[in-house]
Amino acid sequence: MSESIKQTIRSFIVENFLFGDEAALPGDAESLIAGGIIDSTGVLELVAFIEEQFGFTVADSDIVPANLDTIDAIAGYVGRNASTAAAA
Amino acid sequence: MRVERFLTDSAQAFPEKTALVTADRRLTYAELNRLTDALAASLASQGVKRSDRVLVFMDNCWEAAVSIFAILKAGGTFSPINASTKGNKLAYIIGNCEPAAILTQARLMPVVREALAEHQGREIAVLSTEGRNGVPEGAGSFMEALEGDATPPAHGSVETDLAMLIYTSGSTGQPKGVMMTHDNIEAASRSIITYLEGRSDDIVLNVLPLAFDYGLYQLLMTFRLGATLVLEKSFAFPQAMFDLMRRERVTGFPLVPTMAAMILRMNELQPGFLPDVRYLTNTAAALPAEHIAQLRGLFPGARLYSMYGLTECKRCTYLPPDELDRRPGSVGIAIPGTQAFVVDDNGAPVPAGVEGELVIRGPHVMRGYWRNEQATNAMLKTGPDGLIQMHTGDLFRTDAEGFLYFVGRKDDIIKTRGEKVAPKEVEAVLHALPGVAEAVVAGIPDPILGQAVTAMVVLSNPALTEREVLAHCARNLEDFMVPKRIVFKDALPRTDTGKVSRRLAAADLEQAA
Repeated sequence: MSESIKQTIRSFIVENFLFGDEAALPGDAESLIAGGIIDSTGVLELVAFIEEQFGFTVADSDIVPANLDTIDAIAGYVGRNASTAAAA
Repeated sequence: MRVERFLTDSAQAFPEKTALVTADRRLTYAELNRLTDALAASLASQGVKRSDRVLVFMDNCWEAAVSIFAILKAGGTFSPINASTKGNKLAYIIGNCEPAAILTQARLMPVVREALAEHQGREIAVLSTEGRNGVPEGAGSFMEALEGDATPPAHGSVETDLAMLIYTSGSTGQPKGVMMTHDNIEAASRSIITYLEGRSDDIVLNVLPLAFDYGLYQLLMTFRLGATLVLEKSFAFPQAMFDLMRRERVTGFPLVPTMAAMILRMNELQPGFLPDVRYLTNTAAALPAEHIAQLRGLFPGARLYSMYGLTECKRCTYLPPDELDRRPGSVGIAIPGTQAFVVDDNGAPVPAGVEGELVIRGPHVMRGYWRNEQATNAMLKTGPDGLIQMHTGDLFRTDAEGFLYFVGRKDDIIKTRGEKVAPKEVEAVLHALPGVAEAVVAGIPDPILGQAVTAMVVLSNPALTEREVLAHCARNLEDFMVPKRIVFKDALPRTDTGKVSRRLAAADLEQAA
């Protein structure tokens, strides 16, 4: 489950922020902001993607580095919320 | 007054006070003074002397703040370069201003090496911070250059020397270096501090790039005041910034419209959620009246300043906050100690209500563009009384009381996320891609970005995809210049005389959006 979420996130980042350049993809634990991969409007695009792809609403208070600044963090956050949404 | 005195005077008055807060380091004025002395001495020992240009190619980090003041202490001219600048543009800037040194970060060294490959044979000292594998190849150690108690040798530089060369997007497509003397920066910062009522107990949050003059001046002005700057790299996570602002008790909050839009799209915020904020500022583009009203609701105790400026004079106008209710659409009056007025095509002042070009006079106006006499002469002209005045290229009008209103640009410059983008610069990159026959770039209204950079492209190779075109742009342009969208067409819209029309393209793209 978590690995397939990660792969979906990686593909989105490669497609949207790296324009297909897989070699530029950072490690799963590296900061996307500090690495210059996504910027402030990029975060909003990421949030819109998560909501559409995984079927839950991202609360404003969830838009924090602990949930969204690395591929690991995003996968963990999505895993926690997507399963809640599916169970509901 | 020379600009490094902003730091040295405050270090004398408030040695133990926190000057700078970043995610990984807090520095007092005394510490900053020592670090900048040491780096200035290191730069001098590497050959940096009076008026030499030194590039600061870094993101918003404490090392950038140290670099800027160290360069000034060595008698040099600092040039802040946006951290998302790519190798080809950095190479152009190196060729243009011939720096004696480049100060950078480990993660940006590949870009520096790529740019320097085009300038083999030039003697340029490079200092870099350490990455995971230590100091990168091709650079000396930035950290080692901060060691010791050395002080910089006498350099003989004076107030009329250049303190800063700051590159701005030019309508011709090539970046232009705006020349600012110590006197220019002294005058601009004094004027802005006056109307903002700046105080030594101010604590200012800056998330705007230090390579953007609005971000840079937050650093310069807080140091001048002996206040505190909280420096962050991005506004990507507003909630995290709000937590930080509450923790640090931030009193000053500079915005661009994109940040305001990001704040106002959040629906869980309560009025007064940042109780320590005393003032907010906005520049780069006008805030919609509705956003002004909503911001005032969220910050009931704070003053809100609508401002307008150009890198070429730092700031032109501000609206006194108590005028906001009466004229929310105005960017106000000339900043203290300067003049701003509207003229017709012959340079004669126009009456209230009539559109014309905004002209600026004062001690904040640049000395010109670096080694670009033609562009300088187009901007700086001699007024009827023989004094130099700056023709901004922006269309304005005034109301009956003389308050100024922005109408539009005379040229095609796009404002996106608060930054200026010359369509020609993006078009030049598109035209360089094999398979692109023609391209025209325009700004399309966008609720968050202000304007979104959008390209209309005619292909000679129909197999080329939008993604490939965007990837090419991302490899060659700063992040904020990369188009948000590419629209493929069989032909570009043209005027009756056969010229490609950016205006018609913009109308088409806007309709398609």
